[in-house]
Amino acid sequence: MAIDPKIYREMGLNDSEYGLIVETLGREPNYTEIGMYSVMWSEHCGYKYSRPVLKAFAEYKKAQESGALENAGVVPLGDTGWGVVFKMESHNHPSAVEPYQGAATGVGGILRDIFTMGARPVANLDSLRFGTITGDSDTAKRNRYLFEHVVKGVGDYGNCVGVPTVGGEIYFHPCYNGNPLVNAMSVGIVRRDRIASAKASGIGNPVLYVGSATGRDGIHGATFASVTLTEESEAKRANVQVGDPFTEKLLIEATLEALATGGIVGIQDMGAAGLTCGTSEMAAKGGVGMEIDVQLVPRRETGMTAYETMLSESQERMLAVVECGREAEVQAVFHKWGLNAAYIGTVTDSGRVVVKDDGVVKADIPAKSLADDCPTYFLQAAEPEYIARVQTADLTKFAEPDDYGAVLLALLASPTIASKRWVWEQYDTQVQTQTEVLPGRGDAAVIALREANNARIALTTDCNPRFCYLDPFVGAQIAVAEAARNISCVGAIPRAVTDCLNFPSPEKPSGFWQFTQAVNGMAAACEAFGTPVVSGNVSFYNETPDNAIYPTPTVGMVGVFAPDVIPCTLDFKTDGDLIYLLRPEGSGGITGYAGSEYLSLQHGLDAGKPALDIAGEIAVQQTVRDAVTAGLLASAHDASDGGALVAIAESCLAGNRGAEVRVAIAEFSDPVSGADQPWSAILFGEATSRIIVSVTEGAAQNALLDIAEAQGIEAVYIGQVKKNDRLDVAGIMDVPLTALRDAYEGAIPRLMDKG
Amino acid sequence: MNSPLKIGVVMFPGSNCDRDAACAWADDLGLGESVFLWHTETAIPAGIGAVVVPGGFSYGDALRAGAIACFAPIMTEVAAFAKDGGFVLGICNGFQVLCESGLLPGALVRNEQMRFLCRPVNLRVETTDSPFTNRYTPGEVVSIPVAHGEGRYVCSPETLAELHRTESVLFRYCEPDGTVGEKSAANGSQDNIAGIIGGVRRNILGMMPHPERAVLPRLGSEGGAKLWYSLRESLAIAGAEPVFVIA
Repeated sequence: MAIDPKIYREMGLNDSEYGLIVETLGREPNYTEIGMYSVMWSEHCGYKYSRPVLKAFAEYKKAQESGALENAGVVPLGDTGWGVVFKMESHNHPSAVEPYQGAATGVGGILRDIFTMGARPVANLDSLRFGTITGDSDTAKRNRYLFEHVVKGVGDYGNCVGVPTVGGEIYFHPCYNGNPLVNAMSVGIVRRDRIASAKASGIGNPVLYVGSATGRDGIHGATFASVTLTEESEAKRANVQVGDPFTEKLLIEATLEALATGGIVGIQDMGAAGLTCGTSEMAAKGGVGMEIDVQLVPRRETGMTAYETMLSESQERMLAVVECGREAEVQAVFHKWGLNAAYIGTVTDSGRVVVKDDGVVKADIPAKSLADDCPTYFLQAAEPEYIARVQTADLTKFAEPDDYGAVLLALLASPTIASKRWVWEQYDTQVQTQTEVLPGRGDAAVIALREANNARIALTTDCNPRFCYLDPFVGAQIAVAEAARNISCVGAIPRAVTDCLNFPSPEKPSGFWQFTQAVNGMAAACEAFGTPVVSGNVSFYNETPDNAIYPTPTVGMVGVFAPDVIPCTLDFKTDGDLIYLLRPEGSGGITGYAGSEYLSLQHGLDAGKPALDIAGEIAVQQTVRDAVTAGLLASAHDASDGGALVAIAESCLAGNRGAEVRVAIAEFSDPVSGADQPWSAILFGEATSRIIVSVTEGAAQNALLDIAEAQGIEAVYIGQVKKNDRLDVAGIMDVPLTALRDAYEGAIPRLMDKG
Repeated sequence: MNSPLKIGVVMFPGSNCDRDAACAWADDLGLGESVFLWHTETAIPAGIGAVVVPGGFSYGDALRAGAIACFAPIMTEVAAFAKDGGFVLGICNGFQVLCESGLLPGALVRNEQMRFLCRPVNLRVETTDSPFTNRYTPGEVVSIPVAHGEGRYVCSPETLAELHRTESVLFRYCEPDGTVGEKSAANGSQDNIAGIIGGVRRNILGMMPHPERAVLPRLGSEGGAKLWYSLRESLAIAGAEPVFVIA
């Protein structure tokens, strides 16, 4: 019987892909098989558009070629024998239509990627982006609703499973209207000699299904994630899965306990594409086949077909291959934790995934074809017309503001910059009692890992989408640089990156150009900073008919502390400490207007050409790390969103100290023309690679200046910490701390209390 | 062998501060040994001097926080242990479980602002006449974090009067200087109550803040350490002169 092309097209397969399937099978596929192919060959699972570009990442290329593409990357933790496992993943589309469950299941999914490797999750971070939340428009109200419920979803899930949410970032920009981004990162630790594999092996070994029963939820979720959001997306609410963090908590404990028995040969979580993905990927990795019977799968409803069972994306499920003869022992562990654990099939030597329903074959497909042979495409890329326009915009034509203090207050109250206390207080930041630097206290979160002899790691997520819009290549480089800077400010050494590449549709040349530019920029920067991309995820189609997101290649970075280095926080500590601005040599003439919050807020403009001096950046970071390692610094905080004065204000507020800013204008003049920069640039410009530090006068100060000189960077004196409850810039502005605090701390609660 | 410095930490499905409490006692402060008590167990092993009912989301907080856990087999044993004068410490979800079990009066309901709240709070030690606070000074202000969605303590006026009459309010939310104001309890707790004590010899403590999270400088506060030191002292005395019988 010939298949109506409508069937596979609706599931997202094109004619040539369908032809390839027919050729592979040597016959027409049936309905169940078309469904299985369509989810595995979606962009979400098959990376059909991104795979060729992602080869820019050296580690990814190596892993792909060696067939060792595991669920998450591993970074060794000194000589402790332990490794850090981490990954970030998007859950954008589900969160756009059902923010609470979308965000919650995003957290759940990424946690499973971690503990399926045998690692105990020790921290979560969340990079969230929403449209504008200010004002009374329906759009603003919708964005506040999305913001509130995404945060609640992230919090409720992480809090219940007992993994602290220690950091992340939140941006607001109109480009995210209708397209919120929810990027969840999870970090775990594992003994390096006990990393669990996701490979099926051992012909005849039984296949164990563990966790929640399978329902009809989330069918075609992966396909849903691979199309543009439209009016009809709301109707796809049913495609969004429902999370159960309680079951996830049981699954964490039971999985780690079961792995410790040594009776598990391979294990993988079942997220996107559910059982189809679990069976085909595990079999393909092991070069074996797998035969299961859906009648043996624990199911929530009667009458579920093989198609529904194989495509369900019900949450909190794992698939394991157990060593023959140890079935009862492994099963008993899961039963102790009150979980379903059912043997549903066996590993075979056929190389095929065979799905039966009460003995009747419903699907019979080569595992490798499903898991690895998704066709890839080199799409057309073309530089969008806006690039030339924004990069050449004249940013010098604007008048200086009348009241710099008012500008500072407006920047501090701008939701992207304002304190996110309203958010992080809804997250359990301290469970597991390993968190040393909490949100708001440092540029990166710091946790000390008890099991690994209290070795400390630093964690951050970063991406300024405005820079990426203006120049995707440089913007992605800056995202890596900022992450490494944040890691360095607390005193850790940047080690590795996980990325979450959020882009509009790649099927438009402009979108694909942004994607390739950003990936190449990120790969180049990761190479320069010595922080390979070891895991990651791609999310395309973040656009609606009216709006596309700015390219948002979110960087999640892990840094490792040398033993005995005490983490440095961002708060000013002592009256009289000297404030220095660390920056690359010869960078005093850069205005930093490009892509700045100042330009956007004051003049409604996202324009300019951002720049990054990578060698200078590395030297600045080395300086701050050396200074923290030597215990010289009282505080360190990078000057990013809002510029240097916002960074100073944040250090004032965190330490409840005032500051006298005294700037020698000559330090900020153009090295060629000698022209002084306007005050708005000095105070609010966002030139990259700059860090605000405070240091005690005398020996520590001199030692810092020596390090700066050795690194060939500029340490510019810009003021003093004062216990006078004011922030003043000589002759320019003078604002009491209470006003700063009200703007900074009050902004988001005031907006969210509006409803 | 009886080791009076051994504590048992209950493990319900969904407990998530069990390891933290065990670790604070045994590793961070080095006060003794910690063992876990699985929820289906029907006896508390001999030699356990105190039982901690830890924080977390026991049974997923189905119905309401603590509502299922109080029916767990181990809770029958904990109740008997408490009635015999054994020290029982319920933290956060553990406090909710003790209230649901009827071992302590009152109830914990949704926070006033209807949101989960995790932050360090200031607590005033209301009395040092207890096995859990004898190492503090009266009126001492300590910083200990809270992390809960349902931590607003409520009780009847009669219960409140009785709690005060018997000096059974152990901790109250306060300002940094120790004053207790209307807004001192971020969760809206009645009379700013953060922790209460009950039992035949003031041997059952329930509190919402997490003393196991405030035992080391690197965790941001040591405000909870004296609580564990107090318990050790009480256990040492009890061990030397056994005044209660373990069932």
